[in-house]
Amino acid sequence: MTATEMRPDAAHALIAARAPRRWGAWYVAEHRFRGMKAYTQTVIATGIGSPLMYLFAMGVGLASLVDANVEQNGLAVSYLVFVAPALLAMAAFEAAAEEFSYPIMLGFKWNPIFTGMGASPVTPGQIIDGQVIAVTVRIAVTSGLYYLFMLLFGAVPGEFGWVSLGSAVLTGLAFGTLLMAYVATLENDSGQIAMVMRFLVLPLTLFSGTVFPLTQLPWFLQWIGWLSPLWHGTELGRVVSYGHPEPAWLSIVHVAYLLLLTVVGWMLARRVAARRLNR
Amino acid sequence: MSVQIAPARRSVNGPSALYAGNARSVMLRGWRATASTNWLVMVSGFFEPIFYLLSMGIGLGALVGNVEGPGGTEIPYAAFIAPALLAVAAMNGAVYDSTWNVFFKIKFSKIYEGMLATSLGPFDIALGEISLALIRGAMYAFGFMVVMQVLGLNLSWWALLAFPAVLLIASGFASFGMAVTSYMKTFQHMDWINFILMPMFMFSATFFPLSVYPPDVQFVIQALPLWHGVELVRGLTTGAVEMGMLWHVLYFAVMSLVGIVFTTRRLRALFLD
Amino acid sequence: MPEPVIEARNLVKKYKDFAAVDDISFDVAPGESFGLLGPNGAGKSTTMRMVGAVSSRTAGSLSILGLDPDEYGPEIRSQLGVVPQADNLDEELRARENLLVYGRYFGLPRRLVAQRADELMAFAQLDDKVKAKVDDLSGGMKRRLTIARALINDPRILLLDEPTTGLDPQARHVLWDRLFRLKEQGTTLVLTTHYMDEAEQLCDRIVVVDEGRIMAEGSPSQLIRQYSSREVLEVRFGSQNNEVVARELEGIGDRNEVLPDRILIYASNGEEALGAVTERGHTPITSLVRRSSLEDVFLRLTGRSLIE
Repeated sequence: MTATEMRPDAAHALIAARAPRRWGAWYVAEHRFRGMKAYTQTVIATGIGSPLMYLFAMGVGLASLVDANVEQNGLAVSYLVFVAPALLAMAAFEAAAEEFSYPIMLGFKWNPIFTGMGASPVTPGQIIDGQVIAVTVRIAVTSGLYYLFMLLFGAVPGEFGWVSLGSAVLTGLAFGTLLMAYVATLENDSGQIAMVMRFLVLPLTLFSGTVFPLTQLPWFLQWIGWLSPLWHGTELGRVVSYGHPEPAWLSIVHVAYLLLLTVVGWMLARRVAARRLNR
Repeated sequence: MSVQIAPARRSVNGPSALYAGNARSVMLRGWRATASTNWLVMVSGFFEPIFYLLSMGIGLGALVGNVEGPGGTEIPYAAFIAPALLAVAAMNGAVYDSTWNVFFKIKFSKIYEGMLATSLGPFDIALGEISLALIRGAMYAFGFMVVMQVLGLNLSWWALLAFPAVLLIASGFASFGMAVTSYMKTFQHMDWINFILMPMFMFSATFFPLSVYPPDVQFVIQALPLWHGVELVRGLTTGAVEMGMLWHVLYFAVMSLVGIVFTTRRLRALFLD
Repeated sequence: MPEPVIEARNLVKKYKDFAAVDDISFDVAPGESFGLLGPNGAGKSTTMRMVGAVSSRTAGSLSILGLDPDEYGPEIRSQLGVVPQADNLDEELRARENLLVYGRYFGLPRRLVAQRADELMAFAQLDDKVKAKVDDLSGGMKRRLTIARALINDPRILLLDEPTTGLDPQARHVLWDRLFRLKEQGTTLVLTTHYMDEAEQLCDRIVVVDEGRIMAEGSPSQLIRQYSSREVLEVRFGSQNNEVVARELEGIGDRNEVLPDRILIYASNGEEALGAVTERGHTPITSLVRRSSLEDVFLRLTGRSLIE
């Protein structure tokens, strides 16, 4: 079909869909931002409250009990410096778990705005992309605030510490996009999301070499860390924050693994959404 | 219990009678609703403190070594935080049931209005809901104590008394939580509960002793309920028992009483007046 | 003769082995007001979703504005306004905000969207609800807001899936009035309904669907003329007796239909038919003469009522 033989209303449609085809994901993100406005206060309050609380509890409170410095691979640092990159990654991880779970279920089921979007020129894939864009910004804001408090507590000795912001956001996305893909498959929530929070999110936060080095776990449990995006993100954060000594190939593995999970989760979520919205 | 607080004069106005001696039916309804919808979620709540205990107690414990227990003796870090997590488990179980659950019932499902239309009075509801929260807290606590025993973290026979102590703590949080919830209007308000619970959880001498704070801050924390719960339970499971612990008991007894009186009044104001 | 805006040929939609839409063909001309009439589960909504380019067909051909929805989904959707069966407004946003975000999905500039949103809030008679939370709107207001939202892109075709189901009579009339104005302005309307009064009010042309197939097609008056008589006499003799009496009434009117609670006698003149009934020595408990409706057409075609 060429433009010359096309009927005028079809040609008109082709022009009208140009912008949505290109920018659809950004329109969806814009919508999500508007929705987030309702709980900006909560985001800011937790964004400030939780770094203050955790950095104090861990870096001041617990540090008073952890007698010596924490030594890993021959480099010993204070407990605060050791734990700060983990706390940053955890904050991103938790924010992602929150934003990619119930709000996604909400959009598909409880208040099916995704179905509404689907009737517009926007495609299911773009709806997913829009969520990723909006949540990335949200995680970045949370992580940014966290990082400021880390600086204030003197928890970042290295000059490339700010790079850990990137690894934190990537940690959130690596887990979050997979979670979104899973939630998108749920026809009904009879507690599945709460179970994910209890039996995946919480154990991962506690056992991913975050508040103590992974090597403290018995050898038969250390695989938790290797699979956990949080461990990879935390270790990466430690490398840039205080020069945690590890072979370069391992750092590359961290980045590659996080990117891989992000891409796989993202693509899966797009497929699930396309199937769910086109029935 | 305190049935007498329902003044006889009130029962003259028929429907606003406070107590019909039937809190059990309120509980039964609650159990049925839980059992049919999300018992798995409820049971899973039991694992949360265990994850904390394993991570902080065993993993982090290796970095910390021994710490000074309540009697001045050195005890392993896991034995230090386990009683605190036990008190927290009781708090969480009780608070969840008495806040979120009650909030939904008041705001969305209008269950109380239906109940109050029968012979049930607000005191039945308050007592029933609080007992329900208590049972849940008790289940979590019992499971957790078994785990403590297996890991060798109960250092004394006094630990047996930790169980009733935990029930008392749960009843304090449950009745107070329900009273507070009856004033809540929106979800944002409900978020505040988390804003209060989280720091209380982190800072009530749960993971590290109070001595890291300046005296003023110590005083504030000692005014909050969780600290009393942690101290009480820790004294019992480590066997460092002393008369002063009765103050903690008194604290929760008063908290329970104040909570239930306020809840009953509020329910009456909300639905009957 | 202008080209049809919707052209469906032998359209089929299967879910596993179940055919929700089973070989349906129809055309919709520009400016026409077209109705799909049928009971719940007849395949109306599935057809609408295929026309709305959000559900791919299993077989057959479908062309919207000359474009194939499998290939040109976004293009087609850019020209449609959709009012789904269940409202899916964003309850976290305010009424007018819903129009603003939706307008953006069509890639329209913010200023244009804002201007249209104001006009449409007025059109939907929601001027005073601009800042209202969606949650606080009544059912009828939500529907009108959904229609306003569907119009934000100035669509060529408006698809309405059971637009008035669940509304009280007054709210339905307000809604019909708004839809009638759109029809007058030349908007192509495609709507599904199981209310015959709605179909008669709004549709130029109707297809009656049942179990995924088209049973009949035509304008409301054509269908009535073809499948029913001019008038209908409804008589009741008590649920025990209807069946027996009906046998003795045969020959009066063109045709009888025995329902559990009454007998329908199709005749060109209802009063005359009633006279004939009493002449045969039967006095009904109640009797009613009315004009024939699409309900009668549907009953004739399927042997079932539309609303079960």
